[in-house]
Amino acid sequence: MPINYIYPKYDVVRDSTRCIKCGACMRQCANEVHSYDDELDVMKSDSMDCVDCQRCVSICPTRALKIIPAENRLRPNGSWSQDDIYEIYRQAEGGGVLLSSMGTPKNYPIYWDKMLINASQVTNPSIDPLREPMETRVFLGKKPGKLEFDRKGKITTKLGPHLELNVPIMFSAMSYGSISKNAHESLARAAEELGTYYNTGEGGLHKDFYKYGKNTIVQVASGRFGVHEEYLNAGSAIEIKMGQGAKPGIGGHLPGAKIREEVSRTRMIPMGADAISPAPHHDIYSIEDLRQLVFSLKEATNYTKPVIVKIAAVHNVAAIASGIARSGADIIAIDGFRGGTGAAPTRTRDNVGIPIELALASVDQRLRDEGIRNDVSIVVGGSIRNSADIVKAVALGADAVYIASAALMALGCHQCHSCHLGKCNWGIATQRPDLVKRLNPEVGYKRLVNLVNAWNYEIKEILGGMGINSIEALKGNRLMLRGVGLADKELEILGIKHAGE
Amino acid sequence: MKRVYVNEEWCLGCHLCEYYCAFQNSGESDMVKAFGRDEKPVSRIRVEDVDGEDGIHFAVSCRHCDDPQCVKGCITGALSIKDGVISVNEDKCIGCCTCVLSCPYGAIVIDEGKAIKKCDLCVKNGNGEPACVANCPNRAIVFEERG
Repeated sequence: MPINYIYPKYDVVRDSTRCIKCGACMRQCANEVHSYDDELDVMKSDSMDCVDCQRCVSICPTRALKIIPAENRLRPNGSWSQDDIYEIYRQAEGGGVLLSSMGTPKNYPIYWDKMLINASQVTNPSIDPLREPMETRVFLGKKPGKLEFDRKGKITTKLGPHLELNVPIMFSAMSYGSISKNAHESLARAAEELGTYYNTGEGGLHKDFYKYGKNTIVQVASGRFGVHEEYLNAGSAIEIKMGQGAKPGIGGHLPGAKIREEVSRTRMIPMGADAISPAPHHDIYSIEDLRQLVFSLKEATNYTKPVIVKIAAVHNVAAIASGIARSGADIIAIDGFRGGTGAAPTRTRDNVGIPIELALASVDQRLRDEGIRNDVSIVVGGSIRNSADIVKAVALGADAVYIASAALMALGCHQCHSCHLGKCNWGIATQRPDLVKRLNPEVGYKRLVNLVNAWNYEIKEILGGMGINSIEALKGNRLMLRGVGLADKELEILGIKHAGE
Repeated sequence: MKRVYVNEEWCLGCHLCEYYCAFQNSGESDMVKAFGRDEKPVSRIRVEDVDGEDGIHFAVSCRHCDDPQCVKGCITGALSIKDGVISVNEDKCIGCCTCVLSCPYGAIVIDEGKAIKKCDLCVKNGNGEPACVANCPNRAIVFEERG
């Protein structure tokens, strides 16, 4: 037997005084961690393949299981963490690029947590959203510089296409292929009920979901999978994906194993063939090129749908956003480096890009300085964890936010960072029929609706506390934010004062 | 009348319904204790499995037929139908298993040496919803009115 360099990361601990040997853990673990020994009449666990997805823990009827970090450790070393060393072992054995999923687990600063929100006291009244009207409706798209009316008071200014959102929250792009059909259906139905939008990602739109078109954003990415005229016209907006926060600068790779019959038909590629999205769009090497694609898509949809350009937050994001605003796009989506993914090279995910909070503040400021802020709406994603993050994002200048990791968590995701293995025990990031069926959209969509409704209510409460009765009135209102524990430069970029100032 | 139905599409084959059913009918308040005895409690619902990636799973329990063969065939009158719910009087049952043979769904369970066991929709011990329905992790088992 060869030397085993890698010791399991987790210990599956079974309380034998509570285990009734029902075997649910064994039947539910796609990694085959649990087994039953009928000779000894015991349930056994081998944690070697455990990914700590917590499915067994969640489903165990007697709470007999828990998963804890393995106690075995390498010799402690201040320079070389155990993870660093194990990654070297893994690469020394396999010789490949390390892959990871979901957002970076590294301990980078989270600026949301270093900003605090204002509230009214004495000199201006706060508002109770249960008793007074409170508006969280948002319109995304180009806003005219001025409005003209006829004698009857009707608007005569020609307005471009807009997206109308009842809540300032949309579900961001996750392709059918990277996530399951049931996950997509849950998102689509939730978007419909909430009066917001979900995003197809670059995997095309399954024929069963055309009926949710009113609440769909269709994506055009570098692989152009599943893009055709009917697809472009099926949604309410078109998103050009230039980049993704979890892996700026690189493309995508959906392994052939996930390209089964329906994914193949939806993406318009052969079954079993890897779906490789190139790093760049090969027809876009400049803002002028981007403009051509923006207008090709507008032409294809008869100028009835707003076009979103999605980019990853990178160093020159403000200048890039300025170019995008001038390219004719209606909405800019910016994805921060803590954003999730179905698979990314670990080094890219953990080291490339910049925090969304700083990117958002600098983009909003740049567009305002250049007098073109009203030409585009800004949507940010990639690390929105709760309603307070959304309020802070809006105060920094966002029109709305995209959520994806949080949405998947509502569907059961436990952030085990193993999407790329294709064996998601929660039925989300998998195409294996026996696993996909674990996510009943009837259950899933209601959980999504609950989450967003809860957040929306919290947003209203925080707005009310500030004495503001519409989310539009908070947009870009950075006086409502104060920094804590931030350096001058960080405050300058965020455009906020320090607490106490 | 509301009955227990299984949506095969969503049944995962986790078999938890069997354990919750047996527990609910065991009279114990603690599941660990209910299954800790030498004599294990018996489930009235049973999951049929065809394993594999394209496997099929579905739970089977009493359909509470409008014209039940089991009641007709019961030689001691232990099985009866009341308000659409078929239940067994365990004091009358002699364990002849005629009902087991006559049930077209195989939904009646033999409890070795004792009265037969069958689903009574948890009317005697439930909280308005049968235990298999309340505890199904994927809402594959539902309690509803169907035409």
